Order: sequence, then structure tokens, then C-alpha cells
Amino acid sequence: MIPFCIQPGSFALSLATWGLPFDASAHGPAVDHHLLLNLWIILGLAALAHLILLVGLVARRRAEATSWRVEYLPLAALTILFAFLTIRAERLWAATRYTGADPAALQVQVVGEQFAWYFRYPGTDYTFGITRPQLVDAGAGNPLGIDPADGHGADDIVTSELVLPTNRQVDLRINSLDVIHGFSVPEMRLKQNAVPGMTIHVHFTPKVPGTYAILCTQVCGMGHYRMNANLRVLPPEEFAAWLAAKQKSVQP
Amino acid sequence: MSSSKNSAPRHYLFSTDHRVIGVQYLVLALVSVTIGTLLSLLMRIHLVWPDRIVPFHGPILPEDYLALVTIHGTIMLFFVLTTAPQSGFGNLILPSQIGARRMAFPVANAVSFWLTAAALVILLSSTFVPGGSAISGWTAYPPFSAIASAGPGQGAGMDLWLASIAVFAVAGTISAINTLVTIIKLRCEGMTWDRIPLTVWGWFTAALLSIIAFSVLLAALLLLFCDRHAGTSFFVPTGDLINGVIHAASHPGNGSPLLWLHLFWFFGHPEVYIAILPGLGLTSMLLANFSRRRVFAYRMMIVTTLLIGFLGILLWGHHMFVAGLNPYAASAFAVSTMAIAIPASAKVLSWLVTVWRSRPHYTTAMLFSLGFVSLFITGGLTGPVLAQPILDEYLHNTFFVVAHFHLIMAMAGIFGLFAATYYWFPLMTGRLMSESLGRLHFWTTILGAYATFLPMHLTGLMGEPRHYAQLIGVPNAAGHLLAGTLPLNRFITWSAIFLATAQLLFFANLIHSLRYGKPAPPNPWQATTLEWHPALHPNAPAEASEERIVVYRQPCEYLATAGEELILPQWSTEAIPNIKPE
Repeated sequence: MIPFCIQPGSFALSLATWGLPFDASAHGPAVDHHLLLNLWIILGLAALAHLILLVGLVARRRAEATSWRVEYLPLAALTILFAFLTIRAERLWAATRYTGADPAALQVQVVGEQFAWYFRYPGTDYTFGITRPQLVDAGAGNPLGIDPADGHGADDIVTSELVLPTNRQVDLRINSLDVIHGFSVPEMRLKQNAVPGMTIHVHFTPKVPGTYAILCTQVCGMGHYRMNANLRVLPPEEFAAWLAAKQKSVQP
Repeated sequence: MSSSKNSAPRHYLFSTDHRVIGVQYLVLALVSVTIGTLLSLLMRIHLVWPDRIVPFHGPILPEDYLALVTIHGTIMLFFVLTTAPQSGFGNLILPSQIGARRMAFPVANAVSFWLTAAALVILLSSTFVPGGSAISGWTAYPPFSAIASAGPGQGAGMDLWLASIAVFAVAGTISAINTLVTIIKLRCEGMTWDRIPLTVWGWFTAALLSIIAFSVLLAALLLLFCDRHAGTSFFVPTGDLINGVIHAASHPGNGSPLLWLHLFWFFGHPEVYIAILPGLGLTSMLLANFSRRRVFAYRMMIVTTLLIGFLGILLWGHHMFVAGLNPYAASAFAVSTMAIAIPASAKVLSWLVTVWRSRPHYTTAMLFSLGFVSLFITGGLTGPVLAQPILDEYLHNTFFVVAHFHLIMAMAGIFGLFAATYYWFPLMTGRLMSESLGRLHFWTTILGAYATFLPMHLTGLMGEPRHYAQLIGVPNAAGHLLAGTLPLNRFITWSAIFLATAQLLFFANLIHSLRYGKPAPPNPWQATTLEWHPALHPNAPAEASEERIVVYRQPCEYLATAGEELILPQWSTEAIPNIKPE
């Protein structure tokens, strides 16, 4: 249960990565790399601009201002730089968001509710049962309002922690029962608002076993700061055992 | 309205004199910024020492913290950063900078001030209603804000928030129309469009944005109000279940919370340019004036001001990359957001070239303008980072974003206001502010600004989300993630206390200089713009009000001859000998 980010030696790592948390997802390293590239570039630009400002202020006075050309060359260079960053970022964005998940991806539903996250697995029939807000009753063990009249719902597993296997794509369908919440897993470089009335799909692949934080990042009420859950990433065989145990407990 | 039959309160309180109204706006902003700053200190202190008891209040509960966030954001954005540069200095200085002796609609001007004051009172009064102030942040996302039972403050507190901002939007629109008509109709002879000072271009563009953005905001507020009280469901989807209650009866339709986000950010993003555009213009003018240089690429600066305004209304969607927007739309908004970096870079380049090897006069106003440039660069450069959806996916709603907009809007915006105050104080009072105290104020403020807001980038990268009432005592793996940011957060809180304390120097300077400041010469900064014209000066003799004002040149024209500087104000008839075109 020890989170990965406090492993020995991670302090030096966190300096090199500007304090980014441990990265445990398949798409994460590319995102981190692009982010760090961005940060170094803007750090360089900020330093350069301040250097020009300081040198310009202390250097010997010149009678008139400089030629018009000094405006357009740096501007062209900056335009090319920003275009380069945009295109690079777009390729990463398109890779994670333009297409849906692999059909073989593990299906999990994520539901936000003031102030908890619930996770639902479709069970042995691979189909989510119908839910109705009228039937929501956390006290009676039905926090998502699964309709008992719908056969698909009988084997659905609802948990308060998200458990996933390594190296398998996960297709999350995210929604909210009440207000807008922000589903965020910093260590998976993943964030997507949960919006009532909408189901939003995101997909990712966890790579490294461990326990990670799931936060709420959209202000949703007084309990906002403690609306969180654990993401437990397990090796595939341990995940299979966990799922089997869960399934046994919901079998009629 | 200066006739002697008016009694003093009538004269000073319900004046239609644009200068009096300008001062009224500035006093309102000063009161607001003081309240807003104290609220932010409470937040910072609570964040790192959550068990501290606030005198006369008790412990800060999570809902209190969110109310602090909401009121801090609302008051700073609307009543400080919108009001002070646009309406405050706009009223004080704008008419004389274009050679006019008044605003176009004096009565509407007074009405808009009193509406703004009413909006502030309404906002602050929400502290005292049952449930307290709204807790949904200044963005008020529904359904949280649409349903009274969604949390404390979402009842009467939210209604008052909506009423306050609606009244403010009306006032802002009236004020913007007044500004636009004044600039278009009341320019003096010779004040052609390319001779208008860049400050006026800033006010002009901000006024255009205000009219477009505030009308959309007002519409959105009315829709939300209808959702709350008239049984509509623009923003509430079917079967929304809040606090165990399905709101199907009160909201029978099927609305979308995303509609609010579109409407709100269509206002919310231009709003930040409304706040910063006058500062951009003023910085250009001051850098040029104290460097005794022409503004580098003057016409290009006009174009970039308008371009920033135009692009500013096309990129609201960059607030919505992870809100449930179509990913292709996110790409379009990413491009329009990146595009605004280009005119913004052009501005920075112009500033750098203008001061390059000029050995400027380091007055306090100049120092704050240079500080503005520095903060605009540092805060602005994180803009393109956040504009990339894949990076925003990680950084959205973390303290990285808080760092970004506090550096560029809050700090650069406030530095623009300080520069304006030190620069125009002689015009308002006939006295100079203390320069030594001013320099001390500048250096402590810029040190405090960077010490407070630079480390927030790091806590953001570490994953610290916004709007968290507590970082200590949070369960699960999240608690560990948040606790890791505590050492840096303690440093930030100490820096914020230092930054706020440094502002006492400003108040001391203000109060001292009002009474004991050195009497100012008529044009203490050797400025070239018309507000320093002898006939437009506030304490010009009565017969000067008949004098015809004519403009012959662009602002910021100087002739540097051997050993002496020749200032050519806009009203100077002197010919420029032998200027080589570049």
C-alpha cells in the first residue's frame, strides 16, 4: 500500500521532473516529456527576455531606437516555436482522445457524487445494468441506483476503490449523479470532468503496480477537498483473483 | 455640475464630473482590494495551519474556505481589476488624453458608478444571509449553483451573488458605451486614430470587449436565475439527484451544464483582457516616456492591441479542455489560444526595443512599468503551456493555473495600477508621491510577488488542486500527495504575508503624500500626452476651459540632441528638424 512516489531516491527524481508525481501510465512518459520540454523552453525564454531587458537597461545609451527589422525576425522565430509546440501537443492529444478505446479494453464506469467516487464493473455478462436515479440508495447498498428489474445489473460490481490490472487498456465511462466533479488521477496524467447528464469516455493503460490517488478537481461543495479514492493497480493475475472474489460476492 | 448652489455631499457624492467619478471608482477599488487581500491571507493561513482559530469567527470550516475563495475571486476580478483601470483611471485620465473636457454621458457615468457600488454592497451582504456567501467559486458552475440545496451558500448567498454580478454587468456595459462614445466622438482637433495614446487604445479595446462579454454574461445570469426560481432547466439535466432529491419537478427539462460553461467563459476570458489591456497601453507609454524614446512600432502596437481583443473573444474554450468538450473543438481552441501569444510577444518585443540602451529615468512609475513587463513575461509564458490540451489535462485546476493567472492578471494588473497611481498622482492632487518610499514599495512588492506566485507552479506540478480547504488530514493516497506540498505551501503563505505587509508602504506613501508631498510642477514627468496640457490640467485657470486644443503629432516624440532632451508634446507646434525615416 506504499505509494510509489515515496520510494527511496525519488527526491532526486522529483527535482529533475520539477516535482511531477510518479508516472505510472502508458501515455504518461510522452506527456511528461512534452511538458518538461515546454517548461525548459519557457524558462529559457523568460531568462532570455529578462537578460535582454537588464542588458538594455545598463548598457551605454544610444541615441535612437533600433530598426524595424528586430521586431519581425524574433516574432517569426517565436511563431515557429509556438507552432512546433502546438503540433507536438496535438499529436499527443489526438493519440489519447481522438479515437475511442480498444474494443478489448476493460470497461469501468466512474460515477461522482457529493463527495465520493464509485466504480462499477459490468460483471460476467460484460454489460452494465440500467440505473435509475429514483433507485439510488447508498444505505441499502445500491449507491448508483441499479435497476433490479434489468438482468444485466445483477452481476455488476460496485466498489469505492478503482482496481485495475497492469498493461491492459481501460475504458472509463465517467458521469455524475449531481453536480460537476473533476475525475483526476495525477499519477496516470489523467483528468476529465464528470458532468451530470453526460457520459464521457476516456481511456488509458496503467503500467506500474501501486496505489495512487484519485482526486476531485472541480469545486463541488463543502466536502470537495476530501472527495477522493484510491486507484490500486495490480499485476494481471492478482487483478483476476480480486475480480473473481468480487464476482463471487455479488452472485445470486 | 460645479455650480455653487450644490451642497458639498451632493457635489462630491453625486457628482457627474468625470474626475470625481474616477476618484470614486478608485476609492471603491482600494476598499475592494483591501478586503480581497485580507480574504486571501485568511485562505493562505488556513491552508497551512488549518487548526488556527480566526478571532470573532472561530475555526474556518470547509464551506467558509470556499466562500473565501468565491468572494476573493469575485471581488478582485470585478471590483478591482475591472473597475480600477477601466472605470477609475479611464474616467480620470481618458477624456484629457484625447483632448476632451468631459465624458460623453456624464449622468450615465454617475449611474454606472453607483450601480457598481451597489453591486459591491450586494456581494458583501451575502456574508450575512443564512448559509453565508456562495461557495461555488467565481465561475459558479451549475448544477451546483442552480440548486439551492446543493450546499451552504447556494441559497440566498448564490442569489445575491447573481444579483451583484448582474448589476455589475449593467454598470460595466453603461461605462463601456460611455468610453467608446467619448473616444469616437469627443477627440480634439488633430487627434487622429494613429495619434491616440496607446493607453486610450487599451481602454477602447477593453470597452469593446466589455460590451460584447458583459451582455453574454448578463444573459447567462438571467438563465441561471430562471433555473433557480422559474422552473426552467437550461443548465440542469434530467434526473439530477442532489442531496438525495431528484429535481425533476423543479427542473422538468433536460438542460446541459456545459451551456453555462460556454456562456460563462465567453465572458470570462475576455474579462481577463478587459483587466489587462489598459495596463498594456500604459506600460508602452510610460516605458517610452521615461526612456525618452518613441514607442517602437507604434502602429503595430495599435494592431496588436486590437488583435489581442479580437482573439480574446475566440478562445474561451481553452477553459473547457477537460470539461466534456469534443476533443476536436479543444484542438481548435488550442490553436486560437496559441495564436494570441504572437501579438502578446510582439508587445513584449516592442517594450524591450523601446528601452534598449536608453538609460531610462528610474522613477517609481517607470519601475512599476518595468515590473509589469517582467511579470507579463513570466506569467504570460505559462499561457501557451496551458493552451495545449494534453498538458492542460494534467495542469487544469491545479495551482499551476493559479500561479499563471495570478502572475499575469493579479500581479501585472496591480503593477499597472501602481504605475498609474505614481504617474498620475500629481495630476490628481498637485503633489508628488515620495520617490524613496515608492522605490522601497516597488522592490518589496516585486520580491513578494515572485516569492508568492513562482512556487505555486511547483505545487501545481506536484498535483495540488485548487479549492482544497485543507491539505492536512485528507484520507487515502490523496492525503500523501497533498501533504508533499506542505513545505512549499508554508513558504508561499509567509511570502503572501510579506507581500501584503509591503503594501502598507503604499498606503503610508499615499496618505503622507496627500498632505505633505512635494508640490508638483505642471508636467513633472516631461510627458507628451494631453492630460498634461496646461489648459486641460485639473487646476488650470477658468479661462483655459475655452482654449482650443489641437494635436500635431503622435505621443512620445523626443529629440535627443547633444547633452539635452527636447520634449515634443502632442500639442507642441514645433517642427521636427531633419528626422530620418527608418
